[in-house]
Amino acid sequence: MIPPLIVQEAISQGINLIAITDHNASYNASAVIQAAKGSGLTVLPGMELQTEEEIHSICLFDTLDQLDELQKIVDSKLPDMKNNIEYLGEQFVVDDEGEFIRREERLLITSAKLSIDKAFEIVTNLGGLFIPAHVNREAYGIISHLGFIPPDLKFDALEISRHLSIVECIDRFPQIKGYNIIQSGDVHYLLDFLGANYFDIEKPTILEIKKALHKIDKRSYVVKKRS
Amino acid sequence: MNLQEIIDNLHLKLLTRENDFYSINVESGYASDLLSCVMTGAKSRGVWITLMSHSNIIAVASLLDLSAIIITENAMPDEDTIAKANDEGIVLLLSIHPTFQIVGQLWEMGLRGT
Repeated sequence: MIPPLIVQEAISQGINLIAITDHNASYNASAVIQAAKGSGLTVLPGMELQTEEEIHSICLFDTLDQLDELQKIVDSKLPDMKNNIEYLGEQFVVDDEGEFIRREERLLITSAKLSIDKAFEIVTNLGGLFIPAHVNREAYGIISHLGFIPPDLKFDALEISRHLSIVECIDRFPQIKGYNIIQSGDVHYLLDFLGANYFDIEKPTILEIKKALHKIDKRSYVVKKRS
Repeated sequence: MNLQEIIDNLHLKLLTRENDFYSINVESGYASDLLSCVMTGAKSRGVWITLMSHSNIIAVASLLDLSAIIITENAMPDEDTIAKANDEGIVLLLSIHPTFQIVGQLWEMGLRGT
């Protein structure tokens, strides 16, 4: 997606906080942050990390430096294989106007050789927020792949996919009751924006979002699908 | 067949503590890397073949009372997972070979799915 169009679409939908979370990659986050400057939209740098258990988790940060640190570790844990454009599509890196900078040659679609335990520890130690993604899905979801959520991993939140409500999801997977649950769009196209998570926070930082997820210090959040 | 026969025939490496594996009977086999499927698919006193080495495998094997887990492609579990297996009395075995080959060899030995 083209950075200025992402910013424009988010703003036109009244969304003021998004994150850029490419699969095992961070190269386009800075372009969107740049494109959003002065627009009122906050863009958090992030990554959708695929761990060795083939589980997708959203990793969110305050700064690009933190994300770069994660990228270095992920790079060292990805196989040395090239992307096949014909089958898997392009992996473009663009600037803040959407102009082509380069092609990422490395295969990103696969798993990093990191366990989810290790990945959670790394992201937490970097000051980031680690959220297992679309936990209800059979493909790349933590419950499908691990049978249950490891009780010793104290996740701040779990994310469910757009296709069901939180109530329906808890009904199907009673084990997620008690976790803080958010719902995001897994936005791959401009029309996918969901904008369902409302955070009552002082400023858009990881610490504030964590407080809101746990509903402490008078911060809170609510998930509300727009009609 | 007993577990010792399987260990010998498939040249498996024992990751957990020694035991009298001649006395552990293996009645069936099951292969999957999705633990949610294993929980509903694997049979008690069976052997489970997987390349998943996350510590959740111990809880699943314990829940189902499996005879052993054979971890393939040398996907070595971490020390905590092995310790947990010892605590729970779960036998962990390791092979350098892929799941396909291990399942094929077990089938040749006469082991079946159910």
